[in-house]
Amino acid sequence: MTLLATSPLDQELALSTVGSLLRVRDVCITDRVTNREIVHGVSFDLSPGRVVGIVGESGSGKTITCRAALGILPEHFAITTGTIELAGRDISELSRREWTDLRGSTISAVFQDPASYLNPSIPVGPQIAEVIRVKKKVGRRAGRAKALELLRAVRLSNPEAVYSQYAFELSGGMLQRVLIAAAIAADPAILIADEATTALDVTIQAEILDLLAELRERAGLALVVVSHDLAVVAQLCDEVLVMRNGYVVEQGPTEQVLYDPQHEYTRLLIAEHEQYGLERFLDEPGESDEASA
Amino acid sequence: MSTGNVLDVTDLEVHYGLGRKRNRVLNGVSLSVAPGETVGLIGETGSGKSTLARAVLGLVRGSAGTILIDGQDVSRAKPREWQALRRRGVIQYVFQDPLRSLDPDLTVLQSLTEPLLIRGIGKSEAAGLVDEYLDRVRLDHDLLRRLPGELSGGQRQRVAVARSLVIEPKLIILDEPVSALDSANRVQVLAILKQLRDTGVSLIFISHDLGSVAGVADRIAVLYEGELVEVGAARDVIKRPQHPYTRLLVSSAPTLRSASADRTERAALRDLLNV
Repeated sequence: MTLLATSPLDQELALSTVGSLLRVRDVCITDRVTNREIVHGVSFDLSPGRVVGIVGESGSGKTITCRAALGILPEHFAITTGTIELAGRDISELSRREWTDLRGSTISAVFQDPASYLNPSIPVGPQIAEVIRVKKKVGRRAGRAKALELLRAVRLSNPEAVYSQYAFELSGGMLQRVLIAAAIAADPAILIADEATTALDVTIQAEILDLLAELRERAGLALVVVSHDLAVVAQLCDEVLVMRNGYVVEQGPTEQVLYDPQHEYTRLLIAEHEQYGLERFLDEPGESDEASA
Repeated sequence: MSTGNVLDVTDLEVHYGLGRKRNRVLNGVSLSVAPGETVGLIGETGSGKSTLARAVLGLVRGSAGTILIDGQDVSRAKPREWQALRRRGVIQYVFQDPLRSLDPDLTVLQSLTEPLLIRGIGKSEAAGLVDEYLDRVRLDHDLLRRLPGELSGGQRQRVAVARSLVIEPKLIILDEPVSALDSANRVQVLAILKQLRDTGVSLIFISHDLGSVAGVADRIAVLYEGELVEVGAARDVIKRPQHPYTRLLVSSAPTLRSASADRTERAALRDLLNV
């Protein structure tokens, strides 16, 4: 689906007509082996072109929540209460076949370690082309052409060369671009980026975040951005959920969470940046300070 | 000649490989560290920051340039001289993952006491020192009997810092000391590092992330493709970065301020640097 929401007014209109792509309601997830609940009630709505961020340490339940929305919970985990609706359909009613149709074309994802999602013995381009052939039911030549177009769309500087390269020949930033290209190959409405920039250098991380922002603007892609870093989430998101030990301890519009945090954990995340981050200097009044510095 | 500095690196060049594969990883690097100063060394993958640290520790040899440690020229020191220098404990090194620098079979108490006993300090005096340094890194004395594997990542990193401190080195090189920690522990370790400055020890804080050193460094040095492209007071480097790469670093570091306006700037800087 493509949706060009350019002005806030257009976005409002889009919202009212299209509604929620992903509706997560009071979702609790239990580990059936230990019989312990590990996610204790998560709710959020995602509409076209919007970005929801989930912040938390490892073990906070952020990744498990995303996997639930993708229908790829590990075997022994189960949604015990609450509902997830994907494009208007309750996912608990989806058959395996229906899931296969939805994944890639409605909801898609990229994770932290891009290399492990690619076959090391096949060049990266044909792997994307195959996704396109299967999902879009097109021929070889069309698949290749679309794959090249995608590699260009994710701002790889030499798409033809990258197409025939193997995963091990590419840097982490390039691999993540390839994975994003594969993830958006079947024009999904939703992309989940789970710690997708965590292993990358800061300048490369910024490139990938810029790319996601661009895809959102250009194609109306809705994003779920998951990170341990509140600042990464703050760059992109309209709404933020702060998770800790399986609980959503704070949730609200990004501005509100950043400027009026209610929970002490959110305050800690903010204090870290203000005391030790660049904010310490960037927030100083400009010129008057320079004279004394 | 004595500069009074703990470290003086001048025009350092380091090559790896031989013949046609000879590859210059550091090119004309000059950096000094004054007593009690914290220098943040920033560089991304392949910038040469680890090579610089290894050169200062005597683990790789420069092909040109000089390294003075506490006034002593070590550029051409023999392995035995390096050994003696390490034994004196002038420079200490703290890894990103403290499991690598702590013996898994030694309790916290043993880990902290060992370097003192090796230096001929009596048992009771050593015990007193261990208590003192444990307080300095804000670790609970109940943890003394634990093994590294029984500590959280943040506790382990604080033990590693305490261990590097007990023998009163002049310089500690910390390689990404907070990258593997969660927020609460990161704040704690950063607070400790900041406090250490007051004790007169010098620190080189290596990181790929400008954001994580901004709050503790007096000066920031930026390594890019084997060259130091910018060195200056932390405030100046962050507020008025000069080199295009430093500007890209500053505008790429995630902050709590909205950065959508920086997107065009970043794109322009990338074009300029041709990356």
